[in-house]
Amino acid sequence: MPLKTYERPYLRKLNAGLGNKFGTRNSQVPVTEIDGVPVAKLMEEYGSPCFVLSEQTIRQTYRNAVRAFSTRYPKVQMAWSYKTNYLNAVCRIFHDEGSWAEVVSIFEYRKALANGVPGTQILFNGPDKSEDDLRTAVQHGSLIHIDHLDEVYLLSEILASEGLKARVALRINMDTGVYPLWDRFGFNYENGSAWTAVTKVMAQPRMELVGLHCHIGTYMLSAQAYAVASHKLCDLADEIRKQYQRRIEYLDLGGGFASGNTLKGSYLQGSDVIPTMDDYAEAITSTILQHPFAMSGEIPTLYLESGRALIDDAGYLLGSVLALKRLGDGRRATIMDFGVNLLFTSFWYEHRISPAQEYSSHHEDMVLYGPLCMNIDVVRENVSLPLLKRGDRVVVHRVGAYNMTQWMQFIQMRPNVVLIDRQGQVHLIRRRETVDTLNEMELTPLHLELGQGKPA
Amino acid sequence: MSSGRTPCTVAVSGLNNIDSPGPGMPVIRALRESSNLEVRIVGLSYDSLEPGLYMHDLVDKSYQIPLPSAGTEALLERLKYIQSIEQIDVLIPNFDAELHNFIRIAPLLRDSLRIKTFLPDLADFDARHKAVLFEYGQQHGVLVPKSHTVFTLMEFHRALEANTYPVVVKGKYYDAQIAYSADEAVSAFYKISAKWGLPVLLQEHVRGTEVNVTVLGDGTGSCIGAVPMRKLYITDKGKAWAGVSIEDEALMQLSRTLIESARWKGPCELEFMRSEEGEYYLMEMNPRFPAWVYLACGCGQNHPEALVQMAMGYHPEPMTRYRVGHMFIRYSQDLIVPMEEFEKISTLGEL
Amino acid sequence: MPEVLSALFAMNPMKISQNIAISENGFLFNPATGDSFSTNACGKEIIRLLQEGQSQAQILEALQREFEVDQASLEKDLADFLYMLGNYRLLDANAQ
Repeated sequence: MPLKTYERPYLRKLNAGLGNKFGTRNSQVPVTEIDGVPVAKLMEEYGSPCFVLSEQTIRQTYRNAVRAFSTRYPKVQMAWSYKTNYLNAVCRIFHDEGSWAEVVSIFEYRKALANGVPGTQILFNGPDKSEDDLRTAVQHGSLIHIDHLDEVYLLSEILASEGLKARVALRINMDTGVYPLWDRFGFNYENGSAWTAVTKVMAQPRMELVGLHCHIGTYMLSAQAYAVASHKLCDLADEIRKQYQRRIEYLDLGGGFASGNTLKGSYLQGSDVIPTMDDYAEAITSTILQHPFAMSGEIPTLYLESGRALIDDAGYLLGSVLALKRLGDGRRATIMDFGVNLLFTSFWYEHRISPAQEYSSHHEDMVLYGPLCMNIDVVRENVSLPLLKRGDRVVVHRVGAYNMTQWMQFIQMRPNVVLIDRQGQVHLIRRRETVDTLNEMELTPLHLELGQGKPA
Repeated sequence: MSSGRTPCTVAVSGLNNIDSPGPGMPVIRALRESSNLEVRIVGLSYDSLEPGLYMHDLVDKSYQIPLPSAGTEALLERLKYIQSIEQIDVLIPNFDAELHNFIRIAPLLRDSLRIKTFLPDLADFDARHKAVLFEYGQQHGVLVPKSHTVFTLMEFHRALEANTYPVVVKGKYYDAQIAYSADEAVSAFYKISAKWGLPVLLQEHVRGTEVNVTVLGDGTGSCIGAVPMRKLYITDKGKAWAGVSIEDEALMQLSRTLIESARWKGPCELEFMRSEEGEYYLMEMNPRFPAWVYLACGCGQNHPEALVQMAMGYHPEPMTRYRVGHMFIRYSQDLIVPMEEFEKISTLGEL
Repeated sequence: MPEVLSALFAMNPMKISQNIAISENGFLFNPATGDSFSTNACGKEIIRLLQEGQSQAQILEALQREFEVDQASLEKDLADFLYMLGNYRLLDANAQ
């Protein structure tokens, strides 16, 4: 007689007020392939853990965003937010789709140049631009988004010494009715700092004020806030037109559009509460188009720097179960081979995690720990998953944004990253790190060289 | 048996008629008394101990459904399964926490599962939310106490300065405390934000008498029914234990105006405060039937019946008359249930 | 030693409370406490074997004859399951 399939014994107390398992099958439904490539095969070839990106999803998501905006507004330009994911292969897909680059450091700037982006199609944002950085940007004719007054003066000196002109924009922060108010970047609209900055820049003969930029926050759940932001930017642009007879060429509404991830503390699922790209587009474009500024002459180009909403869905993290244990209070704990070192976003998201093989309908509540020997390494504080065992594989969803840039080399090395192209071919786009990757950067003082010091 | 009544299957949630009761069982009782509909009732429950599950004379068959926090995908999947067994014509969700998801999937339910609902759209649902109710009132000509939404203690202090005492400190979802001094208000801020999170609402206090109206709108500007009630006794959970239908033409006029102006679709409970000056302030607008909706039925207006009719495409006549001076008095009673029934609903998810 | 631990480390056959009823669906009811539980096929089998008075070693052997599983996993899982039974007061404290 053939042996029965084994599932470890399980016992769950039926308590009132804990909900029920019926209909939660989707947390049990195994995800066995990504874009037609078996998860098991990916992990056999590229190891566990391993990041996977779907080119198909990236392009689809991007095209949907472009459609949402360009069907409502005639002049739209996307600029890929490098900090969200600056793996070259990812950036090049966005550039191939027509996206410019939005960078916040010279390191990202150089990556963009190397990815073939012309200097004139790079938006240089952020508070950290050194003299050398600015000089490089000026020489390449990039759009410089000024964050503070010190930058106005510094840039002015550089332009004078180089004998060059620069096209600049001002980063504006404002109250859009959402919390927290991001008033640390750029110039405040309500207290008049923004207008002061306008007058300073307008007084610089070598600076051409061509744009206004704002970025009101991150993971914005209200499309309405973008309408408020658009309105205030238009008001400012209109005032510049009236006072200086200068026409602002573009408005950059930044990013901050939410992805379908569920924020910690949110009762409902993220994908059930976030606005769609069409909601954001409608709020922004209808506000601009109805504003006297847009009606007073040529309408401004709309720049967008969406990162998270364009890449999150395309990223997966594959991993496996290292061990199972019981905690002191009887709770089940499962230790995975990936943790906060790779999944920085698990500090604020409740990532959806699917098993990658079949199970029965039984499931249990558990804490999901990462592999680090550090107490902070918690992937999910409470998640209901099937009866996992050592070696079982899981798929973490929506990890494309920020994880492959904010990951830590701490205790563990960073793993392989692969891209599945539209033909289902798998490409390694970032090799796993080894001990040599680290040691290559280190230098040992002569007296500490092995065999050089005192005899052992 | 040919009763001349239209047969239909109605799925109803909120079977928890416990000490803080859900509206499901009152809705079902009203539907059972319909003179136009012959209903089969499918109960939808979240917990194995919801009493309605075991009331077989009122509920024909019950199914567990996933908690709202599991998301719409899970909910749709479950309803697809349920609909493969049942032939649900109309679904009436009755829980605050589940409404968002049901509104979101309403078009999918209609198109792919042929289940009809009669709900406001998300924009209307969000527009009457606590945090924006003041603006909503302004838009539709109804007084609402002024309120500030605050995220930090600093903002809270600033908002306090603009208020006179007493003030009401309210939680994001539930809970409200009246504070007579800044110290009391700050302590309430801490307590409520610790329990319900931020933001917290700081609201002008209106002294007066609470009066509630259960209303049904057809979504095109007609008020199909409205019955006002004054609570006579409130439990320690703040729920009405007994109430009486009252006659108040000004209140009825105001309720009708609001429903017509907002083109409200579906049921809702309007909670008003009649101030000492005789003005009506809208305190809350709950976008579902109240747990006391059976009183409306008892007073001659069967709102659940009218809702099912509208969901099925009929146009019931607006109901304008109701019996004044009828009371509801809640009572509780113990059901005796063999363990096998609990086993069935717990392990199989249906009963 | 706490009761749970002594049960766990006992070399003697462990006794499950004899009045525990378990249904086809894996619904387990403890009439002594009023608690109810849900279990799966393997759990059901273990409880049945315990009720027959089999020792841990005998249960291990029986399960290995029935299921496709390696001994190490089975030992670990059985220990965990017995711990949970003890934790939920389903083992008979006086049986030893």
